[in-house]
Amino acid sequence: MLEVIVSKYNYWIFAILLIVGLYSMMAKNNLMKKLIGMNIFQWAVILFFISIGAKKGATVPIIAGAHGDGGHEIVVHATEYVNPLPHALMLTAIVVCIATIGIALALLVAIHRRYNTIEEDEIIEELKR
Amino acid sequence: MILEQLPALIVVTPLILSLVVNVVGLWDKRLCFPIVAVTLFACLIWAIGILWRVIDHGTIHYCFGNWQPPWGIEYVIDHLNALVLVSVAVVSLLVAIYAKRAVDQEIPESKLPQFYTLFLLQVTGLFGITATGDMFNLYVLLEIASFSAYAIIAMGERGADFAAFRYLIFGTIGACAYLLGVGYLYILTGSLNMADLTQLLPKLFYSKALLVGFSFFLVGVGIKMGIFPLHTWLPDAYTLAPSTVSALLAPLYTKVGAYVIIRIIFTVFDPSFSIKLYPVMDILGWIAAIGIMFACIMALAQSDLKRMLCYVIVAEMGYILIGIASANRLGLTGAILHIVNDMFMMACLFTVAGAIFYQTGTRNIYQFRYLHRTMPVTLAVFVVGALSVVGVPPMCGFFSKWYLILGTIQAEKWVLLAVLLISSLIYAILFFRVIENAYLEPREAHASAHDSGHPAVTLDKVPWSMLVPMLLIAAGIILLGIFSGKIIMHIIQFAVPESL
Repeated sequence: MLEVIVSKYNYWIFAILLIVGLYSMMAKNNLMKKLIGMNIFQWAVILFFISIGAKKGATVPIIAGAHGDGGHEIVVHATEYVNPLPHALMLTAIVVCIATIGIALALLVAIHRRYNTIEEDEIIEELKR
Repeated sequence: MILEQLPALIVVTPLILSLVVNVVGLWDKRLCFPIVAVTLFACLIWAIGILWRVIDHGTIHYCFGNWQPPWGIEYVIDHLNALVLVSVAVVSLLVAIYAKRAVDQEIPESKLPQFYTLFLLQVTGLFGITATGDMFNLYVLLEIASFSAYAIIAMGERGADFAAFRYLIFGTIGACAYLLGVGYLYILTGSLNMADLTQLLPKLFYSKALLVGFSFFLVGVGIKMGIFPLHTWLPDAYTLAPSTVSALLAPLYTKVGAYVIIRIIFTVFDPSFSIKLYPVMDILGWIAAIGIMFACIMALAQSDLKRMLCYVIVAEMGYILIGIASANRLGLTGAILHIVNDMFMMACLFTVAGAIFYQTGTRNIYQFRYLHRTMPVTLAVFVVGALSVVGVPPMCGFFSKWYLILGTIQAEKWVLLAVLLISSLIYAILFFRVIENAYLEPREAHASAHDSGHPAVTLDKVPWSMLVPMLLIAAGIILLGIFSGKIIMHIIQFAVPESL
C-alpha cells in the first residue's frame, strides 16, 4: 500500500489538490477563497499533465546528427527521452489559467465596488433587495 | 487559391479584426460597428464557401503551417461542422446588426470598443470550436469563447457581475474537466488529433482509464452547454446580461457545446462505445428526461420573459440529448437539425425580448398588456418563434421534433417519447401565457376602450436596424422548416455516422 503511494506520489498530490480546490469552490463563502480554490484546481490539472511527461533518467528529445549521414539508422525508444508535448501544452494552459484569474480578479473588484463586500451570502442578500 | 485557405480564414479573420476594433475604437468609436458588421459578413461568405466545398468535394482537411497530422494542428470540416459554421455565421451577423442600436441604450459609450472586441472574440471562439480537429485546440478555443462570455456578461445590469463570477467558477471547472479528459486520452494513445484518436481508441475500449476520460469529457462539455444538473449558472448569467449578449450567447454557445458532445460521442469515440459497451445512452436519456421536465416546470414559474427563455434553453438542450440518446439515424438527424433550428428559434425569442425591453423597459410578462397595439411587428416575430418552439408546422421546430419523436419510437424508448410530447404541451402553455398577456385585452377594459387611456395601434418604435434582423430570423425559421427535407438530404444524412 505504502509503495503504491510513494511510487505514484505525484498523482496522489494531483488528486488531493483537485479535491481541495473543488471543496473550497463549493464550500467557501468568500469569493476570493472560491477563486483561490479554482486556481488550485487548475494547477492540479497542470501538475497532472507535467507528471505524465516527466521521466527519470531520460534525455532531451533531440537526435544528434539525425539530418546528417546515417541519421535514419538511429533507433529511438520512447523510454529514452522525455516527451516534451505535455509540457508545451501546459504552457498554453498556464496562459489560460492566468487569463481566468485576471478576469476573475477584475470581476471581484467590480463586485466589491458595487456591493462593498465579497461575501457570497451578503451579496445575495443585497441583490434580493 | 483562397478557397483552400477558408477553414483558417474563418477563424483568423474575426480574431485579428477583434484586435483592430479595439485599437480603432480608441480613435473613433463610430467605426467599431461597421468593422464588426463587415467582418461577420465576410465570415458568412467564408462559411458558405466552406459548406459549398464540403457538399461538392467532401470533407476538408486543413493543416496549419503544413505540419501533417497527427503532429500538427489540423482543421477538419465535414458536413456536420459546415452546417453548424453557416448557422453560427448567419445568426451572429444578424445579431451584430441588431446590436447596433440595442447597445447604444444599454452599454456606456466609453465601453463600446471593448464590447465589440469581446463580441468578435466570442464569434472567433465559436467558429474555432466548430472547425477544429484537434482535442487540445478545442480546449483553447473553448476558453477563448468562455472568457469573452464572462467579460461580456458582466457588462449587463445589476447583479450581472456576480452572475458572471459564478459562471466563471462553473465554466472553469468544466474546462478543467475537459482538459483532464484530454490528458487521459493522451496518456492512453499519445495523440490529440481527433481523426487519429478515432483509429486508436477502439483497441482500448475495455480500459477503465478511457471510461474515466470519457466521463470527464461529458461533465466538462455538459457544464459548458448547460445540460440539466449542471445548468445552474445559465439562468442568472443569460438573464442579467445585456439583451444583445443574451441574443448572441444563448442561441450559439450552448448549441456549439451540443455539437462538441456529438463530435466526442460519435466521431472521437466510436458510437459502439457508448451504445454497446457502457449504458451511456440510457444515462443521457434519463438525464434529458428529468432535465426537460424540471426546466419546463421552472419556466412556468417565471414572470421574467428572459429568465423563462433561459429555462426553455435548458429544456432544448435536453431535446438534443434525447436525439443523441436514441442512438439511431432518425434520432441523431433530429438532434443535428435541432441544433440548427434551435439557434434560430432562440435568437428569434431573445431578440424579441431585447426589443420589448428596448421600447417598454420591462421584461415582466404581466406588464405586456396592449403590447400588440404598440409593437405589432415584434410580437408577430415572437409568435413565429414561439410556435416553432412549441412545434407547429411549417416552422422549423416541428420538423426536428418530428425526427426526435421518430427516433425515440424506433429506439423504443417510451419514456423519452412521453417526455417529448408532455413538454410540447407545457411549451404551449408557456408561450400562450405570454401571447395571451400581450394580445388579449381584459373584457371590462374593452368595453370602456374607446374613451379611456387605450394606446392606439402604431408601428413599433424599435429602430429598423433592430426590426429587420428580427424579421430575417423569423423568415429563417419558416424557410428552415420548408427546406428541412433538402437540408437533411444534402447535408445531415452525411453527417450521421455510417455505423448507426
